[in-house]
Amino acid sequence: MRDSQVQDITVTLNGERREFAVPVRRNLVDFLRHDAGLTGSHVGCEAGICGACNVRVDGVVVRGCLMFAVQADGRVVDTIEGITASGEAEALQQAFVERNALQCGYCTPGMLMTGLELVNSGRMVSREEIREELSGNFCRCTGYHAIVDAIEHVVERGRK
Amino acid sequence: MKAPDFQYCCPKTIDEVCELLQSHGSDARILAGGQSLVPAMNLRLSSAELLIDINRVQALEGVSLSEDGSYVRVGALARHAQVAASELIARHVPLVHRAMKYVAHPAIRNRGTCCGSLALADPSAEMPACAVTLNATLVLQSAKDGVREVPAREFFFGLYDTARRDDEILIEVRWPCQAAQSLVGFHELSRRHGDFAMVGIAAQCRIENGLVDSLALITFATSPVPRLSAQAQALAQGQRPTPQLAQELAQAAANELDPDEVAEIEIRRYQAAALARRVLSKMFQEADYAG
Repeated sequence: MRDSQVQDITVTLNGERREFAVPVRRNLVDFLRHDAGLTGSHVGCEAGICGACNVRVDGVVVRGCLMFAVQADGRVVDTIEGITASGEAEALQQAFVERNALQCGYCTPGMLMTGLELVNSGRMVSREEIREELSGNFCRCTGYHAIVDAIEHVVERGRK
Repeated sequence: MKAPDFQYCCPKTIDEVCELLQSHGSDARILAGGQSLVPAMNLRLSSAELLIDINRVQALEGVSLSEDGSYVRVGALARHAQVAASELIARHVPLVHRAMKYVAHPAIRNRGTCCGSLALADPSAEMPACAVTLNATLVLQSAKDGVREVPAREFFFGLYDTARRDDEILIEVRWPCQAAQSLVGFHELSRRHGDFAMVGIAAQCRIENGLVDSLALITFATSPVPRLSAQAQALAQGQRPTPQLAQELAQAAANELDPDEVAEIEIRRYQAAALARRVLSKMFQEADYAG
């Protein structure tokens, strides 16, 4: 068997420029967890369905399991650790706690990523639209009501 | 699971992509948004010797209006989200604008591409259905033949099978700008918002002096490629756009579904007829308001 191709990449990871050598078949979320030590992004289905691995690349939320780490070369990647440390997600995280929008917490980093993109868009959204926005994130504990509540709360507050 | 191992390259120009395709043939796969290819690889349903990542080919980016104003060009790297937010698409290609909200989920739309969806030719995908409805032009490029244009109605051969050869890349799709007298409609049925469609309908209709001048009524997700209803087209010609006509055309299109191509034919026909009737009735109503 031939050796796996390895490539050097430079990524601005949570605001910090870092260099890595990655096998080209390593997906972004495995890279974040195993190479960068950022275990906040979770691995669920590895088929782009569950949304547990959602991270931000160049400012937009993408599936961490459907990108290869090598594709992040030269890009800006933000994970749950980054948006927590910067305080960007604070209001939403607080609302998640207050509304009991998490139980086991496995889906939560992905939910926060998706929710934050919606909050940051500044769009006026109904509960219906929040549900549509969350349709690509699975939660097996809460039944979604509390998550919709939390996001709605922050969206409403932004409006005032 | 993880994707099986592959070699990776990241060319910067279309010519480089074409050369790589020329020398590697069917061993190479083009990686654009990767929102279908990568899950298929992770599930070990698909593999590639070489992945040609086109994400850094700047010439493939963007959504723009052609110089003569007859079509909107969507480059191979334009993401679904970008097309969905495009003013040009909203104004000139309202069918695609409407269909966009049915395409997958936000994080997938942020990465997945319109051309990728066309090149893959998944039977339940929205973009191939829109392309067949409007008979958009697909532009292919290869090292051997340079650029060639293929009308969408000649592009889709079967399940994941298209006119694109292994040595070609789909560089852009040209969506014809909608004429003033035209109306469009789109709807699909899926279990959950953003999931693959069980039945879908796309339609374009031209009304002239209060009568239907032409109609393209497409059913998709119920056959290997989007199906243009020949019956509905013939029946609609020269008729007044009434709710009765909508019912008749919807039923005609539903009856054309082939039991050899889709399971549970009765329920699919029922769903297709109901959906097509809704889409057409709404379009005909709009014609009433406009006319």
